[in-house]
Amino acid sequence: MNAPRVGFAAAAGALIARDLRLALRRSGDTLQPLGFFLVVTTLFPLALDPQLSLLRDIAPAALWVGALLSSLLALDLLFREDAQDGTLEQLALCGLPFQGLLLAKTAVHWLLTGLPLVLIAPLAATALGAPYRSTPGILAALLLGSVALSLIGAVGAGLTMSLKRNGSLLALLVLPLAVPVLIFGARATALAIAGEPLAAPLYLLAAIAVLAATLAPLALAAAVRIGLE
Amino acid sequence: MAWVWFHRFGSPPHFYRVAGRLTPWFAWPAALLCLSGLIGGLVLAPPDYQQGDGFRIIYVHAPAAWLSLMVYVVMASSAAVGLIWRMTVAHAVAASCAAIGASFTAVALATGMLWGRPMWGTYWEWDPRLTSELLLLFLYLGYMGLRNAIDDIGRADRASAVLAIVGVVNVPIIHYSVTWWNSLHQAPSVMKFGRPTMPAAMLVPLLLMLAGFTAYFVALLLLRSRGELLRRERNARWIAEALAATATG
Amino acid sequence: MLRFLAMGGYARYVWPCYVLTAAVVGLNVHWARSALRAAQAEARRRLASLKAAS
Repeated sequence: MNAPRVGFAAAAGALIARDLRLALRRSGDTLQPLGFFLVVTTLFPLALDPQLSLLRDIAPAALWVGALLSSLLALDLLFREDAQDGTLEQLALCGLPFQGLLLAKTAVHWLLTGLPLVLIAPLAATALGAPYRSTPGILAALLLGSVALSLIGAVGAGLTMSLKRNGSLLALLVLPLAVPVLIFGARATALAIAGEPLAAPLYLLAAIAVLAATLAPLALAAAVRIGLE
Repeated sequence: MAWVWFHRFGSPPHFYRVAGRLTPWFAWPAALLCLSGLIGGLVLAPPDYQQGDGFRIIYVHAPAAWLSLMVYVVMASSAAVGLIWRMTVAHAVAASCAAIGASFTAVALATGMLWGRPMWGTYWEWDPRLTSELLLLFLYLGYMGLRNAIDDIGRADRASAVLAIVGVVNVPIIHYSVTWWNSLHQAPSVMKFGRPTMPAAMLVPLLLMLAGFTAYFVALLLLRSRGELLRRERNARWIAEALAATATG
Repeated sequence: MLRFLAMGGYARYVWPCYVLTAAVVGLNVHWARSALRAAQAEARRRLASLKAAS
């Protein structure tokens, strides 16, 4: 294969800029997962007795289940279009590190769908009875958790990208793998709401995020390559 | 020298032949081991002082749980071998593991629940081991779902291999997180099967059952892999000879 | 003998476990053998049609 004429940094930068531009053009698509998250967290008080003292207890669960489900929804945006129009194939063949390029794509995806969710979560948490002082803890937990979820979900998206639009298979693949994130994240959020120190689950969450960042690109590149055959 | 063996084993006609011949060498010992384990466990072992005769469920629950985990590891390892060395035999082995592992995970869950009912009072308690088994079942179902969804058998092999490898890395993490979660919310699990203090009369049949089930799995795997291999090697020339040579059913 | 079957009162938990396990053990053997038979039959058919075509 010929040596590429563009350096990796330049190519990654161009890819990121392109993805951002496309996403901004179709801002509806990127805002939908956010709306879904808000709807899901609203469902919990509607299904229960809306006393704030009670809601405070289930707030961690509602926030994290909502985050999990909306990140699943958002995964569709990640690879499907680029697989169909041949962009992914070009990226695979261009001679630059495929893992790095895919990681860049996943990073943009997180920026557009994960980060907004993290920022709006304290609002939802307050609506569910969480005290204001718990906001930093909630932000930290969801920040780490959403990064891990984006990476894990990306592997699932890569494996299913060439299949017919079937959300339930993607959910079946990703959700069991996301259980540790859910467990530690919800625990951290519960401790934040109770005002107790949450270093332990937060560190475990960070460990998972780091592990995901290290291993997911490998699995991702393999999965996408297989899907492009 | 080991590489020569490795590559010969990976050769489809060789594997097909050898697997066929080896199967009875695992099947019969499996039957004997399980029979002696059953006699030892059901008849000879004394009743547990706490759980009475109810503890005897362990003689099927523990082998099923052991199988559910071991089969996943075998599945992921052979999938990895198939992916890295592009070995069809390895992919055939991985594909054969899925249904076996999933069915015994379900057995482990069902027997665990039936054991729990008289011991805890409820059929289901979110204890770490049963919850981990449940998540393992979901991992198996996801693997089989992905295989089913991809039409081309080669691509299905490779995609599910990636999934299996990702899964096997996650299994210890999932188990640790579930154990951690459980320790927060409940008193330490009552489900101590008395393993460190198990008298020999109870332990020996358990070991016999574990060994028997393992041999049974190997025999089953050899049997199933041959069929999976035939499906993948459709146009190979060795098939005519192999079919003529082995008139097995 | 009846005492053995009664399993100290736990019979309705113990025996379903054994029956279920035995059933799954047997089913797996059945699936594996019929899958192999089907694959062999399919292979024979393909070989026969290839021979007929040549």
